[in-house]
Amino acid sequence: MAAILEITDDTRESRAWRGFAWSMTRDLNLAIRSKAELGVQLLFYVIVVTLFPLAVGAEPLLLRTLGPGVLWVAALLASLLSLSRIFAADYADGSLEQLALSPLPLPALISGKIAAHWMSTGFPLVAVSPLLGAQFGLTTDEGWLLALGLLIGTPTLSLLGAIGAALTLGLRAGGGLLALLILPLYVPILIFGAGSIEAVRAGLGASAQLSLLAAALLATLVGAPLAASAAVRIALD
Amino acid sequence: MFANVEFALACGEALIVTGANGSGKTTLLRMVAGLTQPHIGQLSWRGAPVAAFDHALRAATLYIGHAAALKDDFTAEENLLSLATLHGAAPDRVALGNALAEWSLGQHDDIPARVLSQGQRRRIALARMDLARRCLWVLDEPATALDASGVATLEKRVSAHLAARGVAVIATHKPLALAGIMRKLEL
Repeated sequence: MAAILEITDDTRESRAWRGFAWSMTRDLNLAIRSKAELGVQLLFYVIVVTLFPLAVGAEPLLLRTLGPGVLWVAALLASLLSLSRIFAADYADGSLEQLALSPLPLPALISGKIAAHWMSTGFPLVAVSPLLGAQFGLTTDEGWLLALGLLIGTPTLSLLGAIGAALTLGLRAGGGLLALLILPLYVPILIFGAGSIEAVRAGLGASAQLSLLAAALLATLVGAPLAASAAVRIALD
Repeated sequence: MFANVEFALACGEALIVTGANGSGKTTLLRMVAGLTQPHIGQLSWRGAPVAAFDHALRAATLYIGHAAALKDDFTAEENLLSLATLHGAAPDRVALGNALAEWSLGQHDDIPARVLSQGQRRRIALARMDLARRCLWVLDEPATALDASGVATLEKRVSAHLAARGVAVIATHKPLALAGIMRKLEL
């Protein structure tokens, strides 16, 4: 028996890193192959943000007031758009079973999937946000602050969203339910994110809001992969 | 779904699970693989009771289910390498090439899996048997969509696995000609 049983004397940590690296590179590879899907979320973000000036008029003061809120709400909606994709394809083609049965730890594999999801969908939003901010008359500093807030905030959205995506696996009305489940959890991120720019305008500085965003990121970074892997196991059972 | 099912397998033995559609073959195999917790009853691995997703069981099991776990955008080779790495194996190019050649997949090396036929997709899924180096194989209808030469390769691989003192649990409708000790379970 020992001849064919792979003896793995490696540590738990190295298995966790291997799992993280495996699923992140695989999912990024897959994302690059399907370029159409990659652009959908970014295009959605740009279009939603552009709809507002068209709808409310080009009054500079009004746009400046609305700007931070609109840019953050649109980021939330864009994040929601691609959430179900984190697990849905793997669930449908049987890969998720293989992930759950792998000797590599499932939370690490799921962390890698979330990281790849954020890099392919969240990061492009962060990158274009200062440009879109200019549409709303945000100053350069405010534009950078917006990008920084999104840089800390959007990974949290992906992490929280992964829990919802795992919980709604295999449900028929999964997409709608996912939105109802996850949007309330997004509220604090929205408040602190949009609030950071308001705070700077009021002369208070944004460090409090950014710290809270970072605290939320750290908490979900630890908790979300564990919760999502528990939900995935339940979905497979 | 079923009750009073009891079996024990020693090294080098295969359990062939047969039964009508809906009799619970897949459920039983998922329990053996550690994907589903039995409502009543106990699964033991090397004498110790194990729960679903037990680490020792995961490290020893190769489960090939109905779904082939292939990524449509990956080629046969990429799919095989990706899954073997996930199973904790680190196949080199030679081992990978041998596995692809054994399952007659060598000539399709730059075609994404989406355009391959059902039988070819099944061959990629089964080619993992060559690379994963596990002692318990759980195969759910492995011969589905395979042609005669595919079934022959499957029989050869499983027989070699049993000869190397491995264990296999196979649900099948088609009778398989395996060299080794075969136990039968009718659900």
